Amino acid sequence: MKVQFKLNGRAITEEVEDYETLLDFLRETLNVTSVKKGCDEGDCGACTILLNGKPVRSCLLLAVQMREKDEVTTVEGLSKPGELSVIQEAFVEKYGFQCGFCTPGMILTTKALLDVNPRPTVEEIKDQFEGNLCRCTGYEQIIESVLRAAELRANRR
Amino acid sequence: MEAGARPLPKMDYASPSSLKEALELLKKYKNKARLLSGGTDLIPKMKKRLVTAEVVIDLNRIPKLAGIELRKDGLHIGGLTRLTEIKESRVVREKAPVLVQAIGVMACPPIRHRGTMAGNLCTASPAADTAPPLLVLNASIRLQSAKGKRVVPIKEFFQGPQKTVRRPDEILTEVIIPIQKGSSAFMKLGRRKAFTLSVVSAAAFARVRGGKFEDVRVALGAVAPTPIRGRKVEEALEGKEANEQNIAQAAELIKGEVKPISDLRASEEYRREMSVVLTRRVLGQIGGRG
Repeated sequence: MKVQFKLNGRAITEEVEDYETLLDFLRETLNVTSVKKGCDEGDCGACTILLNGKPVRSCLLLAVQMREKDEVTTVEGLSKPGELSVIQEAFVEKYGFQCGFCTPGMILTTKALLDVNPRPTVEEIKDQFEGNLCRCTGYEQIIESVLRAAELRANRR
Repeated sequence: MEAGARPLPKMDYASPSSLKEALELLKKYKNKARLLSGGTDLIPKMKKRLVTAEVVIDLNRIPKLAGIELRKDGLHIGGLTRLTEIKESRVVREKAPVLVQAIGVMACPPIRHRGTMAGNLCTASPAADTAPPLLVLNASIRLQSAKGKRVVPIKEFFQGPQKTVRRPDEILTEVIIPIQKGSSAFMKLGRRKAFTLSVVSAAAFARVRGGKFEDVRVALGAVAPTPIRGRKVEEALEGKEANEQNIAQAAELIKGEVKPISDLRASEEYRREMSVVLTRRVLGQIGGRG
């Protein structure tokens, strides 16, 4: 079946199999490898994408479900090649990652949070990140990174 | 042991744009079809080969199935309404706060962005967190097939784990919550604070008038093959003084109504004891200080 949607602002038109998940389609067909395949059953959050601005699991969506008006955002869409977004800068500065596998999901979840709540409290951050697992258990630094990202965003406005 | 996740098996995909079209497809395929709403339960189950389908009928392109509306006969919540939307709805917060409370501790935000009202109910997990609130609110469920529609009280909807009265040719189109005066409360006990299935969940609704309980309803999840009402507790409190002693005594009666199992999350004995504790606490939030 043919599928059309926007990926990081770019129009995509491709043939997909009915049983292909959006996660596999992004990684295998479109080479968007920032979207990670962890558990592949909705538990870990490594495959998080933003669908029309909201964080969702790409392993629980079928690629054929995407519509022409749907906008999918991955970390590739956060900044120009070779540059870092403020959220990425904050994660670098605060050591918000160890092995890095959960990081793309964490960064997109940060963007979704800050877009609706520019200065979240620690409690609000914890609530938002309930579904993003870090197997290195570096949660403290991730929370610090989100707080720092909020600060950087506020300063640059 | 559950089988691990594998790629989805080959299946056909249909995305009807009207309810009529969806019902026709369902009439044709019946048990060979599966309805796709949020996909947060169906997709993992298909990957694990716990559920099979020749065709997946995607309901996400039927706008009429989603939405929240306050009408004369109650609050109508469309089957395809996302859990997030219900949680953030001002009218639901006002008319059915206990449902908002329960959704707030369900799964995690990305799952709530996709997961739906109908999905949580039709999956019919004994631990479905929207069930106890809907049970104490006396909600009804509207089911529609190509032949017609019917309304089922939620207390008759669940038949067993993963079993409901919904027939293979029916779609859950909406949940209707009557508007009623009273107080309500919800509590959930899990293995951890967030992103976890309930070990025990409990909801209560009642009015306290002149210091006495009226219209007491209690419901529990994850302690029987289906979410249940605590009838004996309700009867014991009806018309009684709303105080801590009466609540504590009545809450003990829930032990005779639950039929918990032992599983990897908790033992039968623990669930039975915690049923009493949660029943006491939700009722205490409504009438404990009277």
